[in-house]
Amino acid sequence: MQQRVKYYQTGTFTVGNRLLDEEKRTVQATKERNNSLTCGHRACQGCGEALGARFAIDAAMNAVNNKLIAVNATGCLEVFSTPYPESSWRIPWIHSLFGNAPAVATGVAAALRARGETKTRVIAQGGDGGTVDIGFGCLSGMFERNDDVLYICYDNEAYMNTGVQRSSRTPPGARTATTPPVGEHPGNSYNQGKNPALIAMAHNIPYVATASVADLHDLEDKVEKAMSISGARYVHIHVPCPLGWGAKPSNTIRLARLAIETGLFPLFEAEDGEIVDTTPIRKQQPVDEYLKLQRRFAHILKDPLALETIQAMADRNISRFNLVREMEVTNNG
Amino acid sequence: MDKPFAITLDIESSYSNHTGSWRTERPVYIDRLPPCNDACPAGENIQGWLHEAEEGKYENAWRILVRDNPMPGVHGRVCYHPCENACNRQQIDSAVSIHAVERFLGDQALKHGWKVEAGKDSGKKVAIIGAGPSGLSAAWHLRLMGHQVVIFEAGPMAGGMMRFGIPKYRLPREVLDEEISRICDLGVEIKLNSKIDDIPALMDEGFDAVFVAIGAHVARRTDIPARDAGTILDAVSVLQNVETGDTPPLLGRRVIVYGGGNTAFDTARTAKRLGASETMIVYRRNQEQMPAHDFEMHEAVDEGIMVRWLSTIKEIDDTSYKIEKMRLNDEGWPEPTGEFETIEADTLILALGQTTDSSFLEKLDGVEVERNGVVKVDESMMTGFPGVFAGGDMVPADRTVTTATGHGKLAARNIDAWMRGEKWQAGDRHEIAGFKHINPWYYTDAPKKLQPVLDIARRQSTFTEVVKGLDEDNALFEARRCLSCGNCFECDNCYGMCPDNSVIKLGPGKGFEFNYDFCKGCGLCAAECPCGAITMIKEPE
Amino acid sequence: MLKQIEGSKAVAEAIALCRPEVISAYPITPQTHIVEDLSQIVKKGALGNCQYINVESEFAAMSCVIGASATGARAYTATSSQGLLFMAEAVYNASGMGLPIVMTLGNRAIGAPINIWNDHSDSMSMANSGWIQLHAETNQEAVDLHIIAFRLAEQLSVPVMVCMDGFILTHAYERVDIPTQEQVDNFLPKFEPVQMLDPDEPLTMGAMVGPEAFTEVRYLSHHKQLQALEVIPQLASEFEKQFGRKSGAMVDPYHTIDADTVVVSLGSINGTIKDTIDILREDRCSIGSVKLGAFRPFPLAELREALSGARRVIVVEKDVALGLGGIVASNVRMALRGTSTPVYTIIAGLGGRPIPSKSLDKAFRQAMDDDIEDPLFLDLNHEVIDRELARMKEQRRSGPVAENILREIGLVGHSPRKV
Ligand SMILES: Cc1cc2nc3c(=O)[nH]c(=O)nc-3n(C[C@H](O)[C@H](O)[C@H](O)COP(=O)(O)OP(=O)(O)OC[C@H]3O[C@@H](n4cnc5c(N)ncnc54)[C@H](O)[C@@H]3O)c2cc1C
Ligand SMILES: Cc1ncc(C[n+]2csc(CCOP(=O)(O)OP(=O)(O)O)c2C)c(N)n1
Ligand code: SF4
Ligand code: SF4
Ligand SMILES: [Mg+2]
Repeated sequence: MQQRVKYYQTGTFTVGNRLLDEEKRTVQATKERNNSLTCGHRACQGCGEALGARFAIDAAMNAVNNKLIAVNATGCLEVFSTPYPESSWRIPWIHSLFGNAPAVATGVAAALRARGETKTRVIAQGGDGGTVDIGFGCLSGMFERNDDVLYICYDNEAYMNTGVQRSSRTPPGARTATTPPVGEHPGNSYNQGKNPALIAMAHNIPYVATASVADLHDLEDKVEKAMSISGARYVHIHVPCPLGWGAKPSNTIRLARLAIETGLFPLFEAEDGEIVDTTPIRKQQPVDEYLKLQRRFAHILKDPLALETIQAMADRNISRFNLVREMEVTNNG
Repeated sequence: MDKPFAITLDIESSYSNHTGSWRTERPVYIDRLPPCNDACPAGENIQGWLHEAEEGKYENAWRILVRDNPMPGVHGRVCYHPCENACNRQQIDSAVSIHAVERFLGDQALKHGWKVEAGKDSGKKVAIIGAGPSGLSAAWHLRLMGHQVVIFEAGPMAGGMMRFGIPKYRLPREVLDEEISRICDLGVEIKLNSKIDDIPALMDEGFDAVFVAIGAHVARRTDIPARDAGTILDAVSVLQNVETGDTPPLLGRRVIVYGGGNTAFDTARTAKRLGASETMIVYRRNQEQMPAHDFEMHEAVDEGIMVRWLSTIKEIDDTSYKIEKMRLNDEGWPEPTGEFETIEADTLILALGQTTDSSFLEKLDGVEVERNGVVKVDESMMTGFPGVFAGGDMVPADRTVTTATGHGKLAARNIDAWMRGEKWQAGDRHEIAGFKHINPWYYTDAPKKLQPVLDIARRQSTFTEVVKGLDEDNALFEARRCLSCGNCFECDNCYGMCPDNSVIKLGPGKGFEFNYDFCKGCGLCAAECPCGAITMIKEPE
Repeated sequence: MLKQIEGSKAVAEAIALCRPEVISAYPITPQTHIVEDLSQIVKKGALGNCQYINVESEFAAMSCVIGASATGARAYTATSSQGLLFMAEAVYNASGMGLPIVMTLGNRAIGAPINIWNDHSDSMSMANSGWIQLHAETNQEAVDLHIIAFRLAEQLSVPVMVCMDGFILTHAYERVDIPTQEQVDNFLPKFEPVQMLDPDEPLTMGAMVGPEAFTEVRYLSHHKQLQALEVIPQLASEFEKQFGRKSGAMVDPYHTIDADTVVVSLGSINGTIKDTIDILREDRCSIGSVKLGAFRPFPLAELREALSGARRVIVVEKDVALGLGGIVASNVRMALRGTSTPVYTIIAGLGGRPIPSKSLDKAFRQAMDDDIEDPLFLDLNHEVIDRELARMKEQRRSGPVAENILREIGLVGHSPRKV
């Protein structure tokens, strides 16, 4: 990926930047952004999911001229945004169940098609549990049919809404309410994990991407691109959860950034089942820089074998997705 | 039938849920003091003018700059830029080339003839003694405040050591002349060839206050046993002679400069340009202890100047100089070794520092003079004699153009207050924006732009300026390398990163405001502010 | 137009006449033929822009029509048995959100043991989900009920399940009068949702509701069912006016006026019951019947009225509340609360067991003598039951402790329980 504007002190890394051309600033930098998920919601302080949702939906709204309908799976995002009598959404939005958001979205898209409403687009969204576990059947069906739906997963690596239980996205070693840090292998098991973006690619859908709240430009670009394509699309966004991870609320972005910089959360993009781009790491960090800021990993910080295993996962991502490489720089300076 | 009860809601109805009540801490916008500003002896608002320059608003930038320093063209060339040693960007790659941008702005101003207006006439009159940087700076600031100013200068030209010390190849005279004449254009009268030795008499001429800035011009000498002394000169006269003499001083082919300060290097490099093929600096300590800046030594060595560290001149016999090697003792002081060597030279130039001739001040009641003629001043730059202020090289401080310029500003402010019977109060000092306040991830990699340098051949034979300025693109690039330490530069991070949409964007130039009705106090804005312009404080009870 | 046609096909044609906009379904016997036929109709383009979505499960099918309905489309699905249970969560969701979805349920038993044949266990499992449940007696009624169902669903914003007995109706070839498009269009106006997902008028659907309002939300759903008690008869009479035949009666009496004994049932079994009654009446038995056209809402008052002259009531039902007895019977007792009229339960036709008129005849006579087991499992093979109960009793007995232990560790013979 190109570091597009090298000329500016902050390049394209901040949300806005008064020196940047307007069209190169993020949607979030604009006064006119939709605030699709607006204030008064009941997410915890520093919630990455609340942030990720506003980032993504605002970007999508911007891309489709505000003609958007969203379907939301059960989970924190749903609960904190729509407890009777208050809704924080500023878009047409529906919550049905924990495991059916992709199918509901299929229905929404079908209805729009049936009614000849070609301009309105559909997003389905949910947490990692709703997406990768209980909703996976519906998700796969939606992919396979290539329904005109963008599915966004907000991955905070556990079932947060029900009090931080393990999901199939919970990383090895992590403490959750159902993977307590006791016994011979404390915390979550060191299994192979589940990478929904790669599985999505196996459906050969037109667009798949991973993104992070720590890289807003990248996230918005990906959502915008996703909205320019029809058919089934999948964007998987890493959203730290201060409560579930045992982290300071002010560290949300920092953690998401460290997940990228360590290689633990690779950013990539795929079209029609093939990876077309990966986002290189700007400043590589060892995994313990990431782990040590989270109480869910406190018990493994002194376990060299655990650290080695997690570092090996990061290293594998780095080589697999070619994450450490020279950035191409356009010299307009 | 209506919308289903409870299970269907109106959009954005959560506005009635004021989550601000969750807060235990709240973010507030602050201005921290950028370390560059803090380090600038002239008290420039560097970050402030870089901010304008970043947008290509050079004139605005210049106007902010000259509020503190009337001679950016000069300073951009000769200031030793302690700001850059403090610059937080050093910890990312290298310091912002502040001086290069300053020079660019100074040159732009000269090119476009930017001017400022004097202040409204105050009816007060100030005499300034000495037209060096300190006196000129005081004059500028006093005029901006509306006071009448007359400068009395002993020499034939204004500029002080900027003219009689600093060689042309570092400070072209057009720049100096033009910046001085811009000061004059403000209504400053400079009386040349007017040496002052009676201050009370001067005050009787109707001046309400006096600023003395006579520098340090008396060359320090040393006693070297000489059987038959050859040509021995002092550095300041050599340099002055180059400037004012009809013909350049005759130094011969082989020149020794004795000393390790900046003056020694300027003198050696001048000698080289005057035709001395062998120029050698002899200094009794080692390189680390040398007071001259490294860059000056490197530039000199590049031009073919030789340096002998840990050496003293023991004896002189015509053109033979007996040199004794020194070594450092355990305390780091040089001590003789008893090893000798003889070298031949046509001229010895002593560059051992200068003292001030402040005898005429000693006569004034209350004025305290220290060693080497240095005059004591209080924190308002006033001597022990009421209404007589002093600054620059003649007071105890760093002897640099910038310090002198800063003294001029400070003295002007104090004189202004004093004449009104008041005391000038400095504003509150903000906390310094340290690197720990910076979130470096947000800054693009941007290696410093280097200034072009004249080729060696021309450096050895002409007084053409050695270091060139940056072109506009590069100057803009450098300005944009600034991290804007401690001061909001409207990157929109707080606005974008708040999970509770509790930052209100006020629009270009107006910054942001917190919406405390909804802010939960998570602190993400403060953590992700690249430049440390937000801090968290305890929620008021 | 009169057609000799399979029940499923007739229903498919009726659905098509209702101009659905989104159809989503998943195959399961005995409902499959309906959605197969519909897929053909859609694919041929006969339904214009109608979207037919092949999903990966019944859960997805219901979810898909939830989404479609919430977006203002007339949406339809069909299922049976295991499929209904697989979508259970979404079934409740659709009604909770007041989405006017119409679903055909080809009634079928629920496993284990897996069984594809007809009974009413499936619809009974969702009886309290907030859906309206209409039961068809004949394929003609199945056709008509679907047309009424869309009108009812959309008028009240409530989902409607049209139950038709698997195989007995779905796979039966009967003469059916398929109405014309014009007739249906006159009866069923364009769908105008009370709420829908629309970028021009955004709203939030499916909020989380806590104790402070949940009871009210539920009460309002209950209230809708009560409203349906009034609306269904209105629609039935309107239907009769336009289509010239009766369909959709909530309570359909047969010789009840002078009957001491009244048989109550749901669905197609009513035909056999009426035949049996005819035989019994020839025998001067004072017996009649009431067919319930809807199980939800349950027409308590209308039924009570219909049963007011009866000295006893027999409920024939194709389901069983294990550990209790009859489900329909319990509801009938509710209608008769405060009276001393006994209600006898006949559990019949489970998992497709035929319900011969002869067996009913026998059971009814027992009831008329007030000498009937309650509940009576019709044609239960007592021999098999007794043998099995005996065997179970046998195996549970522990026997001599030492020998048991030796058997367990394999030294003596082998444990029959380990086979
Ligand atoms: C060779 C050399 C190179 C230097 N290079 C640098 C450099 O690169 N960067 C830097 O920051 N600094 C440099 N300096 C130091 C710097 O020049 C001085 O610190 C600075 O000029 C001091 O300013 P001033 O106004 O206090 O005094 P001066 O510049 O010395 O000016 C004093 C003025 O007062 C006049 N005067 C003296 N007595 C009287 C009197 N009685 N009546 C009237 N007028 C009088 C003098 O003629 C003179 O013009 C250098 C100095 C030398 C000698
Ligand atoms: C069928 C069903 N099973 C379980 C639940 C309980 N439940 C609600 S949200 C949730 C976890 C949500 O986790 P995730 O999807 O990762 O979202 P998060 O809350 O972490 O954002 C669970 C287990 C449910 N609502 N429905
Ligand atoms: S538990 Fe985590 S995901 Fe849920 S609201 Fe709190 S911070 Fe957000
Ligand atoms: S980065 Fe800019 S504000 Fe910070 S110290 Fe350097 S020049 Fe000054
Ligand atoms: Mg989660």
